[in-house]
Formats: sequence, structure tokens, C-alpha cells
Amino acid sequence: MNEKWTNYKGSVKLVNPANKRKLEVIVVGTGLAGASAAASLGEMGYKVKAFCFQDSPRRAHSIAAQGGINAAKNYQNDGDSVHRLFYDTVKGGDYRAREANVHRLAEVSTSIIDQCVAQGVPLAREYGGLLSNRSFGGTQVQRTFYAAGQTGQQLLIGAYQALERQVALGNVEMFSRHEMLDVVTIEGKSRGIIARDLISGKLERHFGHAVLLCTGGYGNVFYLSTNAMGSNVTAAWKAHRKGAYFGNPCFTQIHPTCIPVSGDHQSKLTLMSESLRNDGRIWVPKMQNDPRPANQIPEEERDYYLERRYPAFGNLVPRDVASRAAKERCDAGYGVGASKMAVYLDYASAIERYGKTEANKRGLHNADKETIITLGKGVVAEKYGNLFEMYEKITGENPYEVPMRIYPAVHYTMGGLWVDYELMTTIPGLYCLGEANFSDHGANRLGASALMQGLADGYFVIPYTIGNYLADEIRTNSIPTDHPAFMEAEAAAQATIDRLMNIKGSKSVDYFHKRLGKIMWDKCGMARNEEGLKQAIAEIRQLQQEFWSDVRIPGDANGLNPELEKAGRVADFLELGELMCVDALNRNESCGGHFREESQTPDGEAERNDEDYAYVAAWEYKGNNQYDLHKEPLTFEVAKPSKRNYA
Amino acid sequence: MIMSGDMKLTLKVWRQKNSSAKGAFETYQVDGISKDMSFLEMFDVLNERLISEGKEPIAFDHDCREGICGMCSMYINGRAHGPWKGTTTCQLHMRAFNDGDTIVVEPWRSVAFPVVKDLVVNRSAFDRIIQAGGYISVNTGNAVDANSILIDKPDADKAFAAAACIGCGACVAACPNASAMLFTSAKVSHLALLPQGDPERKTRVNNMVRQMDIEGFGMCSNTGACEAECPKEISLENIARMNREYVSSVFAG
Ligand SMILES: Cc1cc2nc3c(=O)[nH]c(=O)nc-3n(C[C@H](O)[C@H](O)[C@H](O)COP(=O)(O)OP(=O)(O)OC[C@H]3O[C@@H](n4cnc5c(N)ncnc54)[C@H](O)[C@@H]3O)c2cc1C
Ligand code: SF4
Ligand code: FES
Repeated sequence: MNEKWTNYKGSVKLVNPANKRKLEVIVVGTGLAGASAAASLGEMGYKVKAFCFQDSPRRAHSIAAQGGINAAKNYQNDGDSVHRLFYDTVKGGDYRAREANVHRLAEVSTSIIDQCVAQGVPLAREYGGLLSNRSFGGTQVQRTFYAAGQTGQQLLIGAYQALERQVALGNVEMFSRHEMLDVVTIEGKSRGIIARDLISGKLERHFGHAVLLCTGGYGNVFYLSTNAMGSNVTAAWKAHRKGAYFGNPCFTQIHPTCIPVSGDHQSKLTLMSESLRNDGRIWVPKMQNDPRPANQIPEEERDYYLERRYPAFGNLVPRDVASRAAKERCDAGYGVGASKMAVYLDYASAIERYGKTEANKRGLHNADKETIITLGKGVVAEKYGNLFEMYEKITGENPYEVPMRIYPAVHYTMGGLWVDYELMTTIPGLYCLGEANFSDHGANRLGASALMQGLADGYFVIPYTIGNYLADEIRTNSIPTDHPAFMEAEAAAQATIDRLMNIKGSKSVDYFHKRLGKIMWDKCGMARNEEGLKQAIAEIRQLQQEFWSDVRIPGDANGLNPELEKAGRVADFLELGELMCVDALNRNESCGGHFREESQTPDGEAERNDEDYAYVAAWEYKGNNQYDLHKEPLTFEVAKPSKRNYA
Repeated sequence: MIMSGDMKLTLKVWRQKNSSAKGAFETYQVDGISKDMSFLEMFDVLNERLISEGKEPIAFDHDCREGICGMCSMYINGRAHGPWKGTTTCQLHMRAFNDGDTIVVEPWRSVAFPVVKDLVVNRSAFDRIIQAGGYISVNTGNAVDANSILIDKPDADKAFAAAACIGCGACVAACPNASAMLFTSAKVSHLALLPQGDPERKTRVNNMVRQMDIEGFGMCSNTGACEAECPKEISLENIARMNREYVSSVFAG
């Protein structure tokens, strides 16, 4: 397996430069995965058309990533290696990812950092001029590269600039404010897309010898998540309806440190970087429904439940474990804040600890408490100042004085379109990259690995694997877009829009989206059980019917209409939500982010079942709420499954 | 769950059907607003009401709602992104206002940013400025080991500070001349401060400035309004640096 990618690259079919110019590739989505793919394919000489729904490719959801990007550079000489990154990722994913893909990801990770630095991405540096690293998400090595709290922004702008350079050179044609509404297949192969120009409202037909979906994750099926408002499943879902299998749809990551919901007006949730768990301590009162404010609860009446349950890892247990533990405390009546659905993330002891060190550094050996606290606040401000400020802007509370309140929120979806080693879906010529595919993270993603995967797919995997397919397409001339398959797909997309506009019901799109989100969060969220999932499926089907008979979309379809855009997306979420519950119901084991209450140890830890569930669940769409399950067995040659134990 | 709050506000919002239509202000009374809402959540509340009344909701741009994508763009009471310093519209919270306030909300106004609908404008001119040279010409796969390029920390920090620009366009909206100098200079500075950006330094600044003029952005008259309203607090020093870069590129022929 160590040699698989090298051997693949050595024997893969190539396309000669003259032929590349005749081959057209459509890239849908210009986040990290899409922008890097579109730029690289443009550089190689393919004729590329790229699409995004925002007003500029620079605004994709990738921009919001804060923490960092992993790479097995071993610059810190702390024992990191490709093998260790590979192993950590397979284990972190709870043995539900494909070994060969993960190994390739770890291999190319180092080239990503080289590429980004060459583009001018300002990653953090030490005084000696070398790149800086931090540890992230509880790993034992420092392999995370970062740019303050704006790593995603800087990486995306790097890819965006590479993309705009290709636009200027005429190798890539960019279609912003365009939304893909369907894939077009001809004789079983993917040959193009139908897209809506969001400004004019007109539908367009675009041909491509191959189509790449780089359209991001579907966390917004829960309504509230840390994803950008526009993040959606439409492109992937439409491909699924056309025959692409959907892999492990129920694998969702719930991030433990987010700002809690403050009221029914809430439109999205804000992540507080995982790095805060490095220094903060998480606790709830020992007394149920304790009405006292945090600073009036004495030390001995606080329950540092992560430190209590997991003494070895304490506050640094993986995301899924930390999230479930917070839910457990809140459900049992120990939650804090007005909603009682929050726990404290407390910096008081870190401020004191840093203050003492700082006082010692300055030779103030008998410093009084006040001085120590002031010094400590200074240190904390330097490390986390921007996050603390953000917290204060949103909540109106000063986290230097009172502990932050946090609660888990939906953050990332490991599931996505099923792809093979070459990132091709089950539709020939249709590829899927980045968060939109199901590949490398198994049942749980490690921090700082999504950026790595998006850029690996776009810069270093697809440029090779697409050639293997397109080499056999050099004799296919561009297919005119008045071909019946294009006309039919366009007519179908138009019919869906007309149908939505003509319902003229009584409830807004958000009304349905919120209801769907609540069903998903309550029954297919942090803990799932058979009864709840069955109920959820029935409720979602009911909601689908209500949506299609009662949604109200004001305005018309011949121009910019954000409500119509949302309606199309929510219609697809309503179907996806059902499939997620179907998948969660089928997988009667607990693994990674998927916790089935029926499958736990006596002390409440997740219990994986390798005998029955060591497979990828790839679902085929059959129409009329029917889905067929195909199982891709997972075998582990190198990283032998062991129990994840953080106690 | 905490329900809505009790603030009452009067909103005067610019409504414009499309780029060729004539726009006008419309006045709305909104109540039930809580201090914990973000400014955009207040708009969500108003839009929900408009929908229930069978009216068209107000179109506005937004995506991340975290102050980083640069999509949101409202001109609030005469200030780009509203009253809070270093804050985007989406991060502005209703705590900034008082019960009974009247709030005037307009789109960015600039010839180079035509209104698309209501509060939505077309900022593609910024993409074309980047196309003109806002990059380093390196193809994928050609890079040397990242640590073979040493960059001293002060320069790296300055480059990073310039690279923090989110491309929102508030600088243009705030400027009496609708100049795009702060945006353009942030990119020129980011790349000029790094050794990787050195080879293309001269052509880059020339081409980007030329494109800025072609797009119809105004001249810079050093009012500093851009820096004051920039949500990422991009410094005016970048404009000075770009001017130096520009002059030296012109005289170097
Ligand atoms: C708050 C936050 C912080 C994070 N922090 C980190 C971190 O520190 N480290 C890390 O590794 N990961 C992090 N992640 C995860 C990571 O950011 C994402 O998984 C990753 O950026 C996804 O990249 P992508 O290219 O696959 O998709 P996206 O960046 O989501 O891009 C999707 C693209 O598809 C386009 N699109 C979607 N649908 C359509 C359609 N129908 N038609 C046309 N275009 C369409 C969009 O316009 C966009 O261009 C974080 C995520 C969040 C939410
Ligand atoms: S310089 Fe500031 S105001 Fe101008 S686009 Fe950049 S972030 Fe926005
Ligand atoms: S919505 Fe992204 S910056 Fe405001």
C-alpha cells in the first residue's frame, strides 16, 4: 500500500498537450477543492469552466476555517511521518475510511505546504524565518500549519489567486452567481450540467468531457450549523438522483466548542476554535439546575466532567467524545446559562497559571494576585484575543471575566458522494472532491484535516486521475448543448422551478428548514436510536409533503430571488435528511460521530462492531423514497483496528 | 428558549428591483428585536414578516455570517458596515442600537459596484483587479520545500496583516471618491513584502493600478475614510507602500 500512489502515477494514462486543449472540464464549486482543481487543470492546458453561487470564488465556505492544516513535514523533529499521519487519520476516523486513500492523503500533504508557500500564503513563522507549527485536536505531534485564526482564508485566497491567474490567461472561464441544478448524462457518462444564472434567473446548458463536483458539505441539513448560510447539498444530491451513490450519509461531525443558541432568531452557530481546549477547562455545577452565576460556585462544587471521565486526555479528548459528554451533562440537568443547554469553558485557571509564569519571567516573585491576573490576561489575549473578542461581540459577555458558555454544534459531514480511488463517482466522468465526497475521514474527522484533503484532492490527486479517464475521450468532440439529453435536463430543472413558484402556499422556506433541522438534531444528532430514527423518517416524509404543498416563494423566477434559491436547497435537504436517517438506522453500531444508543459499553462509551459494520454504506437512489444499500467492505492491512480508548 | 426581545425600530431600506430600475427608500417598523440578534438576523425577522404578508423580502448579500467571507455589505446610517469599528455587517449586533432608533440601510454606492437588487451590488471589478496581477505565477507542482524560503517575522507579519483583507468593498463605499486604493494596495503589499512575490513586483503593481482605473474607481485623496471603516483594519501604510512600488516601477521603465 505504501507504494500504491507512486505506482499509480507511474502507470497512469497521460493526455498529450495538444489534446488537452480540446478537452473541456467543468468544475462546480471553487472552495479549496474546486479552486485548486480548476487552477491546476487550467495550468495543465485543459479548457475549464468553473462555477460558484457566491459573487466571487474568494468567498467559498472554506474561507471560514480557523485552526489550521495538517502536513507530515516533521519540521519540529518530533517523530512525525507520513505513516503516523496516515495512522492517526485512520484511527481517528474509527476505522471506517479506506486505507489506500488515507495513505495517499498523508503522502501528498507535504507538497501542499510547499505549493501554498510558493503562492505567497502567509503561514505563521518563527523568528528564525522558518514555518511555525502547533498541535491541534489532541495529536501528539506538532504538524498543524496555520495563519493566525485565518488559515482557511489564506489558503483559499492562494488558490483563488491561482484561479484568477488562469482566468486572465483564458484557460478558465469563471461563472460566479451561478448555481448548478443538474448533471447531464449521455450514454451513462457525465457530459455537462444545467446551471441557473442567479442574476438573470435564466437556465444555461454547459458541456464538459468530465464534471467535477467540489460543492462542500451538507451540515446545513440541520438548519443550525457552523457552515456558511449558503452551504448546501444540491449539486451532490442531483448527482445522486442521476445515479451516483451516496456514501455514509449519516456520518456527521458535531464540534464541541461553539457559541450556544441564544434564541429562536438564531440563523447560524459560530465555532470557537478547538485550540481553546488546550488551555480552557470545561465544567458544569455539581448541583442540578444550579441558579448561581459561575463565579459564585466554589471550586469543590464544580464538576470538571472531562477530566473526571477521561483522566489521560482530559479536556483534549476527540471532538465526538467531548460533544457527547456535554450533551450527557445538559440532558441530565446540569447545563448552564439561560437555556440550560451549555457548559462552561473557563479560562480563570489558565489566566492565573500564565500570569504566574509571566511574573516569574519578569522577576516579580511575590506578585500579588491582581498583578498575576493582569499579566495572565495579557498572555491569553496574545494567544486567543481575536476569539475572545468575537465571543464578546456575539454574546455581550467578557470571557476574561466570566467563563464562556459553549455547546456542541454541527460542523462537518464526513459522508458524501461515494468515490473510488480516482475520486470518480459511480457515474463515469463525474468526480467529487473535498468535503462533498465521503472519502478520507471515516466516521470522524481530525482537526485540520479537511483543508488538507480539499487541497490534496484539487492540487495533487485529480490532475493525475482525470487523465486516466480523459485519455480515452480525446476522440469525443464537444457535444452540442442542444442534444436531447441537455434539453431534457433543462426542461426538468425548469419544471421544478415552476412547480416551486406555483405552490404559493402559506409558509416560508425557513419555516420548513427549521422544522427539518429540529427533527435531525433531536433524532439523528449526537445520539441516535432505532425508535427515534424510525419516527424521524416518518416525520420527514410528512414534512416533504407539507413543503411541496404549502411553501411560499414571493417574487418571480426571472431574476435574483434568494427565497427561490433557498427553496431548491431545502427541497434537497428534505430528501437527504431522510437518507441520513435510513443510513443511521442501518448502522447499528457506534463509531466516530455516529452514536447508536443500542451500541454502548456499560459506562456509556461508544461500541464499534467490526464484525458486522466494517464497510462503507453506499446508497443508490431508486426513487419514491427507496434506497438500495451497496456495501464496500473495508479491510485494514496496516492500521489494524483497535478500540479507541481515551480514558 | 429565549424568545424575541422588545426593541422597536424604524428601518429605511433601499429597494431596487434590478440594475436598470430606479430605486427608493421604503420604511418599515420592526418590533420584537432582541439585543442578542445580529444585524442580519434582524433583517431575517423583517423578511419573514414580509413573506408572511405576501411581499418580496429584501435581497442582501451574506454567507459566512462570521466576518470572514466579505459577502455582507450594508451601508448603515451613513457608515459602511455600521457603527462598530473593525466589524462586518454580519458581526454587528443589535446591542449597538437603542429602542426606538431609526436606521437607514443602503447598498454600497460606487459606479464600479452597480446595484443588482435592493442591497446587493456587483463587485466583480475586484476579481478583475486580482486577475490583472494579484498572484504569484507558480504552477502546481513547481514548488520548492517550504522551509527553503526564509521570511523574517516582521515582514511575514506585515504581509499577513495586509492579506487579511476580505474583499468586501467597504473601503470603496466609505471613500468620497469611491477609490479602491486600500483593497488594491493590500494585495500589492501582501505580495511585495514576500520574497516569492519579488520577481513580478513591477508588472504586478502597474497592471493592477491600470485595471483599477479601467474599472472606474476614483482617485485617492488621502481622506483615510477607507481605513476607518475597514472591518479588517487594513492600514493606510499599504497605500503608501503601493505608491512607492508604483513610482519605482514607472521609473524603472
Ligand atoms: C467554522 C469552520 C471552521 C473550520 N476550520 C477548519 C480547520 O481549522 N481546519 C480544517 O482542516 N478544516 C476546517 N473546517 C472544515 C473545512 O473548512 C471544510 O471542510 C472545507 O473548507 C471544505 O472545502 P470544499 O472546497 O470541499 O468546499 P467549500 O469551501 O464549502 O466550497 C463549496 C463550493 O461549492 C460551491 N457550490 C456549492 N453548491 C453549488 C451549486 N449547486 N452550484 C454551484 N456552486 C456550488 C460554492 O459556491 C463553493 O464555491 C472548518 C469548517 C468550519 C465550518
Ligand atoms: S481593504 Fe478592508 S474594506 Fe477594503 S475590501 Fe479589504 S477588508 Fe474590505
Ligand atoms: S457574511 Fe461573511 S463577512 Fe459577513
